[in-house]
Amino acid sequence: MIIDINFIGLIIASIMASAVPLILASCGELITERSGVLNLGVEGMMIIGAISGFALMTVTGSLIIAVFGAMLAGVLISSIFAFLTQTLITNHVATGLALTIFGIGISAMIGKNFVGIPGKEFPVLFEGLKDTIPLLGPILFGHSIVFYFAFALPFITSYFLKKTKIGLIVRAVGDSPESASNQGINVKLVRYACILYGGAMSGLAGAYLSMIYTPQWIENMTGGRGWIALALVVFSTWNPIKILIGAMIFGGLTIIQFHMQAIGVRIPVQFLTALPYIVTIIVLVVISRDSRKIRLSTPSSLGKSFHKDN
Amino acid sequence: MHKFLIRSFVSSLVLLFTLTVAAIAKDVKAAFVYIGPTGDHGWTYQHDVGRKAVEAAGFKTTYVEGVPESADAERVLRQLANSGHDIIFTTSFGYMNPTNKVAKEFPNVKFEHATGYKREHPNVSTYAARFYEGRTILGTIAGTMTKSNVIGYVASFPIPEVIRGINSFTLAAQKVNPNIKTKIVWAFTWYDPGKEAEAAKALIDQGADVIAQHTDSTAIVQMAEKAGVYAFGQASDMDKFAPKAVLTSVENNWGPYYVDRVKAVANGTWNQKDTWHGIGDGMVVISGLDSQMPSDLQAKVKKLQADLASGKVHSFTGPIYDQKGNLMVAEGKTADDGMLAGMMTYVKGVEGDIPK
Repeated sequence: MIIDINFIGLIIASIMASAVPLILASCGELITERSGVLNLGVEGMMIIGAISGFALMTVTGSLIIAVFGAMLAGVLISSIFAFLTQTLITNHVATGLALTIFGIGISAMIGKNFVGIPGKEFPVLFEGLKDTIPLLGPILFGHSIVFYFAFALPFITSYFLKKTKIGLIVRAVGDSPESASNQGINVKLVRYACILYGGAMSGLAGAYLSMIYTPQWIENMTGGRGWIALALVVFSTWNPIKILIGAMIFGGLTIIQFHMQAIGVRIPVQFLTALPYIVTIIVLVVISRDSRKIRLSTPSSLGKSFHKDN
Repeated sequence: MHKFLIRSFVSSLVLLFTLTVAAIAKDVKAAFVYIGPTGDHGWTYQHDVGRKAVEAAGFKTTYVEGVPESADAERVLRQLANSGHDIIFTTSFGYMNPTNKVAKEFPNVKFEHATGYKREHPNVSTYAARFYEGRTILGTIAGTMTKSNVIGYVASFPIPEVIRGINSFTLAAQKVNPNIKTKIVWAFTWYDPGKEAEAAKALIDQGADVIAQHTDSTAIVQMAEKAGVYAFGQASDMDKFAPKAVLTSVENNWGPYYVDRVKAVANGTWNQKDTWHGIGDGMVVISGLDSQMPSDLQAKVKKLQADLASGKVHSFTGPIYDQKGNLMVAEGKTADDGMLAGMMTYVKGVEGDIPK
């Protein structure tokens, strides 16, 4: 096998590419959860984003319309969840699960006419610079705009929650909706906004899969990545930077285990296949074991409905 | 008078009976049970193409998709048998026991089970395709086209169907190029574009310049296109997904068999059978060959295809050795169907172990 420095660069670049949908969906869900809403519909919103992006790309031929359309589709489907949980005060868990089932079903229905159509090529940036720097070249250059956005997002999210007024309002609403409400904050409005934002990011994550990562539409193509994104949020203890680490470990082990198989490492394949799940959980539990910090970052009203009059 | 009345009564009864029988015969209803969604563009999709051929032949069909290989399958089968279907195709290996169980309860309904071997009741037939014949052709192409002598193979699950494919592919590739290595990566999924693409990428990064697959999605050929290596389409013609990468595809063509069997029910000629058809019977179809292949290779492949079809060439012709060097098939002999059906060892030249 060839171990040169560019080979390592290539592996790291594929790891990063596989982490993109997880980072996008997790960072979106993190904002939703920080406002106190548990939306288990990530998988459903992602798959809706995937089919919407692919369908719009095929029909309109415009990648820009497709990407924003996928985000809008995520917003629309999450608005159902928002209306049910915030206005009709339904149970978050049940509504979120319903959203996933609904999303998978309706995407399959819309997708019937889009099976077997090849996707379009998505433009990449700085392709020419790839070979200029060893190791870092393939890591830094030659990716889609969504890729760069995904790797900036955890830092933006972190800054937003810690340093901006709106970020503090979101956290206040998630920690104590009663107090926030008494301060004159419109809890419902904030939660609506956070749910819709989560929907947009899940939609974008889905569009990344169907338009950039594996440009095609087939049913259930998100393959459970929405659930992994959800788990990442919890195991990262609602910290966007740890989401980035978790997504990289998960994506990394999935890819490295394929490399180990191809090299012929004599470890049972089933164990290798389970490795990403096990190690990601262990690492995130270890780096987040400070219980004081967990208490500080866990939105205390997570998953609880809020009535203004109680 | 009396006699005349009786006679006309009887004859009208006979007429009515014939009419009814004719009506029933015309109205044969076929049902299909699918493991996946029809939108997978792979295994289930190709079965559904076959179902549409049955529709086009003038018969009514229904299908149920995404049926788990569990007690659920029995429930679905019983419901289909109860609701007036005359023939039911169960299109996944795991439906074997449910099919036989429900067949016993409905002796008048015909059951056709794909890729299984149990025919416990006279109304159960089995059918499968000799996909390994197609893989002999792919191996020949791969062995000729590779420059790095490393061929990547993305596999799904360690079952005889998949092992047989790997072996058939490798034997053919070795025949044209003794220096090749087949690197195998198990994705442990039939169908997850992201994972399949990652598996293919790993193989390409490790120097494979031809990628074969035994998983269903088009992600692998697309990855090959991006990386500038060759690949083969699986289940359907995948050329339009990766025009430069795809050299040819092995297509599953169930339509003719389905139409045949449904017609047999309509004519009352249906009988229990075990069908294992290959290239010769048109159940396995080789798509058009890519123009990047040199013309002598194209000619060779066409001849091989004809010889496989006529039975002149068998994919598993001895001498074949396993990885440890034990003789599996003696010189001049060919592997029998029993050996093929239960094949769970790699032939010499395949790297690595079969996951247990």
